[in-house]
Amino acid sequence: MKQLLAFIHKEFLHVFRDPKTMLLLFGLPIAQILLFGFALSNEINHSNVIVIDYAKDVASRSIIEKVRASENFDLYDVLDDHHMIEEVFKRGETKMAIVFPSNFNEDLVHGGYTEVQLITDASDPNTATTLVNYFNMLLLGYQSEMYQDQQMPMNIQLSLRNIYNPELEGTTNFVPGVMALVLLLVCVLMTSVAIVKEKELGTMEILLVSPFNPFMVIISKVIPYLFLSIVNLIVILALSVFVLNLEIAGSIILLFGVSILLILAALSLGILISNVTNNQQTAMLISLMGMLLPTLMFTGFMFPIENMPKFLQVISNIIPSTWYYIIVKNVMIKGLGFESIWKESLILAGMTTFLLLVSIKKFKIRLS
Amino acid sequence: MWDIFLQSINKSYTESGEKAVNDVSLHVEEGKLFGLIGPDGAGKTTLFRILTTLILADSGTASVGGYDVVKDYKVIRKSIGYMPGRFSLYQDLTVKENLRFFATLFNTTIQDNYGLIEDIYKQIEPFNDRKAGKLSGGMKQKLALCCALIHSPKVLFLDEPTTGVDAVSRKEFWGMLKNLKSKGITIMVSTPYMDEASLCEEIALIQEGNIMSVNTPDEIIAQYPDMLYAIKSPGMNQLLQELRKSELVATANSFGEYHHITFSKQGSMELLLKSLHRSDVEMKPIRPTIEDCFIHLMTHE
Repeated sequence: MKQLLAFIHKEFLHVFRDPKTMLLLFGLPIAQILLFGFALSNEINHSNVIVIDYAKDVASRSIIEKVRASENFDLYDVLDDHHMIEEVFKRGETKMAIVFPSNFNEDLVHGGYTEVQLITDASDPNTATTLVNYFNMLLLGYQSEMYQDQQMPMNIQLSLRNIYNPELEGTTNFVPGVMALVLLLVCVLMTSVAIVKEKELGTMEILLVSPFNPFMVIISKVIPYLFLSIVNLIVILALSVFVLNLEIAGSIILLFGVSILLILAALSLGILISNVTNNQQTAMLISLMGMLLPTLMFTGFMFPIENMPKFLQVISNIIPSTWYYIIVKNVMIKGLGFESIWKESLILAGMTTFLLLVSIKKFKIRLS
Repeated sequence: MWDIFLQSINKSYTESGEKAVNDVSLHVEEGKLFGLIGPDGAGKTTLFRILTTLILADSGTASVGGYDVVKDYKVIRKSIGYMPGRFSLYQDLTVKENLRFFATLFNTTIQDNYGLIEDIYKQIEPFNDRKAGKLSGGMKQKLALCCALIHSPKVLFLDEPTTGVDAVSRKEFWGMLKNLKSKGITIMVSTPYMDEASLCEEIALIQEGNIMSVNTPDEIIAQYPDMLYAIKSPGMNQLLQELRKSELVATANSFGEYHHITFSKQGSMELLLKSLHRSDVEMKPIRPTIEDCFIHLMTHE
């Protein structure tokens, strides 16, 4: 036990004395969260929109006027026929189309209720949502201006249609994605490099020729990074809540529980990589290629999985972060409990156990 | 009985079967200071790694202190000290941290074994808080030796401890080894420096994975079959070429200040001096060095 503690202490010294490691460990997650955070909250100005006006009455015209006057929108074109919308979208000239139905003003004044249809290009779901929000605000402004003296409530409802990505899956929930990415990256990269470093420097030889159990080498490598990853997780969550104003809807304990599952899976992967490589560069390369790319591609936080070809969707199933992403989204964003994520958790736990067993089995008690 | 046995050990790293170690058998008695002498790539490190249970031999058996290196590797790992060829301590930890870490690893403390390392440790103690990576070559060596000794091992394996160390530190280092030997530790040390061979009690000359001779340094020198002469004259390179061309000379090798030569026929000294057509030639009979023996054995394999 004393040996283990001494070893863990030594590992921490390695980390704290290497500025590069510290930067990677804590700089990376902070940079990513902030980068994604501000990419998300960035204002969109002068976005091209098209208008299809079937009404051509007072109300529709004044709303179009407001759109024209808005900083956020540039009125690209006013069309007569919604069949032309698709073509304009395909050319990528606009992100949103506003459709006023005929009898717009009449319905509003006499019936107190009407609808405006918004069609958005949601292949970039982020922009689409932002544009819809801008228009909604503009519409509310119009309503309160025009009808503030009237007793009868006037109501313009928005009817939304997203084309290309109807579920609006994607960047809206980027925090779970960044969490998966950072945890995987840090854990896999750090552990594999930490173990391979001992091989490269030759200290592994001395460690092996000692009464210290080789498995203890692994355990003492894993514990510091487990601890540091949890610190990282806290930093990410704190940044999300306090800087990006994201609310954690579900149970924090549950969130940490599944995160530790993913961290363990990643640490096992790191050990596995360290077993098959002999120098730090290779370990780093494999970790990056094996972790960063698939996580970016397949967890669905950059590109929605639903929109991928079938065989890529199948591949995404074997990547732990895919499941982690689903779990975190459910717990953190939707605030669901364990009953909604037990299946995914079970799969993740299975993967973790499998990786852990393989990495222990593959660990060498000798040099070659 | 902490002795070392190697019986018909073979080891090759490549699929093609080129042997790093070829049918090596050795016995090192308890308490001996044993030297493994040979150039780089002779297979010294491979033998060390087999004995320290780090790699498995392809065939043959080996034991340390009566424990088999394959079956009883755990016992061996507890009772030996090993200093690999490359400096293998944590460069980002200080002298003290390194020493304390290895002490704890072996379930002991610096205080418990202070007696054994005292002489060596005293010399690096002033640098206690310096990072190991910032030490000089000789200092690193001393620290590594301290770390290998911290658990008072029965057998000490030192793989090329003096490579890359200055002459003064090398001399000091061998002094320390003598000291340790007097405390009853069996020491196996390897070196590519032939001049260090005479500092061992017993040596094995190894070349391309083959043991050429095992004996005391004096015995090995005594077994040198020819009369050996040292010869010196201005223009040494030219001289060496002339000597090698001469039919009177059997072998001629450069040894720093002098060339060492043997004759193909006894008593050709005068003849050679005449044939060289040089005025200021100095020639004298000498006692062979281990290097002469090594070259002799190498060419007569």
